[in-house]
Amino acid sequence: MSAAPLVQRPFLEISGVSKSFGEGAARTEVLSEIDLSVPEGEFLAIVGFSGSGKTTLINLIAGLVEPDEGTIELDGRAIQGPGPDRGVVFQTYALLPWLTVMGNVQLAVDSVFANESKREREVRARRYVEMVGLGAAHWKYPSELSGGMRQRVAVARGLAMDPKILLLDEPLSALDALTRATLQSEIEQIWAADRKTVVLITNDVDEAILLADRIIPLRPGPRASLGPAFEVPLERPRDRTAVNDDPQFKKIRNEITHYLNAVSSQAARAASRRRVKKPDVKPLDLRPRSLPTAR
Amino acid sequence: MSTDSPSLRPKGVLKSRVIRTLDGLGLEIFVPAIRLATGEEPGVQIRDLIRSVGVPILSIGVFLALWGSLAASVETSIGSVPGPAQVWTEAQALVDDHYAERAKEVAFNERMEVKKQEWLAKGKTWKDRKYSGKPTYFDQIWTSLQTVFAGFLVASLIAVPIGILCGLSRTMNAAFAPLIQVFKPVSPLAWLPIVMILVSALYTSESPFFEKSFITSALTVSLCSLWPTLVNTSLGVASVDQDHLNVARVLKLPWTTRVFKIVVPSALPLIFTGLRLSLGVGWMVLIAAEMLAQNPGLGKFVWDMFQNGSSQTLAQIMVAVFTIGLIGFALDRLMVAFQRSVSFDGGATA
Repeated sequence: MSAAPLVQRPFLEISGVSKSFGEGAARTEVLSEIDLSVPEGEFLAIVGFSGSGKTTLINLIAGLVEPDEGTIELDGRAIQGPGPDRGVVFQTYALLPWLTVMGNVQLAVDSVFANESKREREVRARRYVEMVGLGAAHWKYPSELSGGMRQRVAVARGLAMDPKILLLDEPLSALDALTRATLQSEIEQIWAADRKTVVLITNDVDEAILLADRIIPLRPGPRASLGPAFEVPLERPRDRTAVNDDPQFKKIRNEITHYLNAVSSQAARAASRRRVKKPDVKPLDLRPRSLPTAR
Repeated sequence: MSTDSPSLRPKGVLKSRVIRTLDGLGLEIFVPAIRLATGEEPGVQIRDLIRSVGVPILSIGVFLALWGSLAASVETSIGSVPGPAQVWTEAQALVDDHYAERAKEVAFNERMEVKKQEWLAKGKTWKDRKYSGKPTYFDQIWTSLQTVFAGFLVASLIAVPIGILCGLSRTMNAAFAPLIQVFKPVSPLAWLPIVMILVSALYTSESPFFEKSFITSALTVSLCSLWPTLVNTSLGVASVDQDHLNVARVLKLPWTTRVFKIVVPSALPLIFTGLRLSLGVGWMVLIAAEMLAQNPGLGKFVWDMFQNGSSQTLAQIMVAVFTIGLIGFALDRLMVAFQRSVSFDGGATA
């Protein structure tokens, strides 16, 4: 299975979306004139620097934030507020610390599949917990899990809602490199199993190339907008060690990295041109007189 | 516990369980002793032990010595101020008095039982009579504990729901904030007369299930102790993690599920902080209320002793002071244990 996705009816359609935060003089436009269409079943990655408005974009699609201008449609219907048809895996995982692994997944299942019997819901929750490899740890609380395991619970909860589209907000950015690599392969496998539409937000170009069908860079904010799309025509499943030597992989990575570097230095130049009057203050020396010595 | 046990793991598990239990009960000062007994870093543990046990014992010793040496030199109208030894004697006397009183009651009941059989044998009707001796020191303590828990329960049942509402809705918060600010600093001594008059007017049952005095004291405790719970609950509810609320929004959880599955569990640690403060306030208020209202309990005991004006008065009141302090301390530890059992973050809540 390979190559560019077929041109089809857009599943997620974002047109002319802008979003500002703050009031009056402090008002800054975070996202400006965003147009994006995602066909059904596509794995789309949006890469950008920290603070470029990536999370705002996810929150807009999730409906947690309302756009100031423009419309967002999913499956032909304008979205109004958040809903379980758009499963979100939050950057901070947002697991409820007083619920176990099962409890966290069950909360999602119970509310989305309220019409199913208790038994059916339990089977469903258990299936997703096992899918992410936490069957043996299903009774543990988030505080007893490692970062990678917490991330898996968050993915299981997102999938258990059986959403039309899965929104991943920098899902692996808090993990160490080795755990990241493992989870990247797992996410690809899980995605390959049911081909859900996925929007992945990340700051890691390699991760985007490994997982996505298409990559769109987000030009750094304020007034962030989307850059040109880069297709990733690599064969799946993509083996992370083999792909490193693939000339196509290298080419895409170079193109995207160059593009991001170019837009970021442009933005930096623009920022330095803006004249800001610096306040005439000297910082206080708040250091303690003598630092306590460790025992 | 032997230090050369062949398998280390089970002992380690047992030890960490014991340590966690002690921690949970707020008795962490014994942790170094456990560690020392298992031969873990003796130098460090001995230093910890000296600090956590040795220093408190020393400070208590210094306090007792100062008290003992200075007390005798202060003359009052009812004799010199008693030292620790006299207070200890008086405490024992109160314990002895309790057992003597109980023995009297048993004897009385036995006599009545004999009489009852005699009367019934003669074919006369018999009416049970209850022993009407004076309440002992332990009876007073028991009454005070019942009263404080009754008042605390009423306060919690009012404060937690209102606190949740205030935390959830800014409108509710704006509605309650001025009332809370005004009533919170009011002394129990100001509430008490109002409560007494209201209870007399409104609680007029023929055969009351509760004593009037019990209701008065308990309600005074409630009025003074509901504020910390209310304020902390509303703060806890208002500061629920935005990410958790976003989860609720994405899942479109109905209002009740959102409150009971997300908001309340997340606010529980602060709710329990409030409850702990409330119980502390309640216990302090209760003694004052009992004293002023002549309601049974430790406060009345103190007042009665004061009225007695005997040579033992001061010593007896000091026994009461220590009792009140120790019970207050025990109640606080109890609440700390509850607080730890509900805190999901494993954070420090001492």
